[in-house]
Amino acid sequence: MRISPDELVLWAWGPFRLNATIVYTWAVMAMLLLVARLATRRLSATTGLPRWQNLLEVLVSGMREQIREMSQQDPGKYLPFVGTLFLFIATSNVLAVVPGFTPPTASLSTTTALALCVLVAVPLYGIVERGLRGYLAVYVRPTVFMLPFTIVGELSRTVALAVRLYGNVMSGTVIAGILLSIVPFFFPIVLQLLGLLTGLIQAYIFAVLAMVYIASATRTHGGH
Amino acid sequence: MDNLGLIGAVSIVTAGLTIAIGSIAPALGEARAAAQALASIAQQPDEANTITRTLFVSLAMIESTAIYCFVVAMILIFANPFWNRVLAAATR
Repeated sequence: MRISPDELVLWAWGPFRLNATIVYTWAVMAMLLLVARLATRRLSATTGLPRWQNLLEVLVSGMREQIREMSQQDPGKYLPFVGTLFLFIATSNVLAVVPGFTPPTASLSTTTALALCVLVAVPLYGIVERGLRGYLAVYVRPTVFMLPFTIVGELSRTVALAVRLYGNVMSGTVIAGILLSIVPFFFPIVLQLLGLLTGLIQAYIFAVLAMVYIASATRTHGGH
Repeated sequence: MDNLGLIGAVSIVTAGLTIAIGSIAPALGEARAAAQALASIAQQPDEANTITRTLFVSLAMIESTAIYCFVVAMILIFANPFWNRVLAAATR
């Protein structure tokens, strides 16, 4: 049994290896791009909305609303980053029901990359919002002795983000594979359905946690 | 029992113990969180949205402990580094 799509190498040339994770990531990206492109080709501002525009508007305004509630700030700055994380993870988790498709999030390398993006984005947003001194002051509050704990906390939450998403998605795939060899036909399907729910919730959680981390770095007063 | 059998037996037993013991605490924690959230929703139905969102986030945080145990168990069974090393040494 393959525990990660990394091990399936489709094409190798010298030191470069094109494994299934990369190909499936490209597939998800292409799908998102295509849908967004086709849906925004003919936009209308009248009451007769095209179907796809309606869907995208619901998605985007829902995400804006959630970000506004969580950060108590204008969501425009955070929507591109957090929304992209959510859409990418949700699409790849939901596509897991397509036969032959392994979600790229079932590989630790993809989730680590996403978590590293969050690790880099948090100080960036914080510095843009509060200035370099203001951001660095968070680390030494209330005393300078808190510095190592804050840094360790920042690193460990990044690891936790990556392993949580990986573990949840990978467990769905692996358990479906194990059950398929013990009790075929019915139980794997039920677990696939459960996997859809878990996948969406995990996508939501990843985006929410990223937003919470960013919000705690950008909040100008109070908060933690 | 030779080395390979020993490693296999220890890995499987440890994987079982890992997931069995490691899922007790998150189960208790999640149950507490869910019960508290239900009680809060019953008291303040207007705040159901906020409570549900916070509940989901905290459940995911609590659950990650169990997920770590699961990942360790999966590594022990399917990607055991010692197993591969001993197997490579034995076939050489």
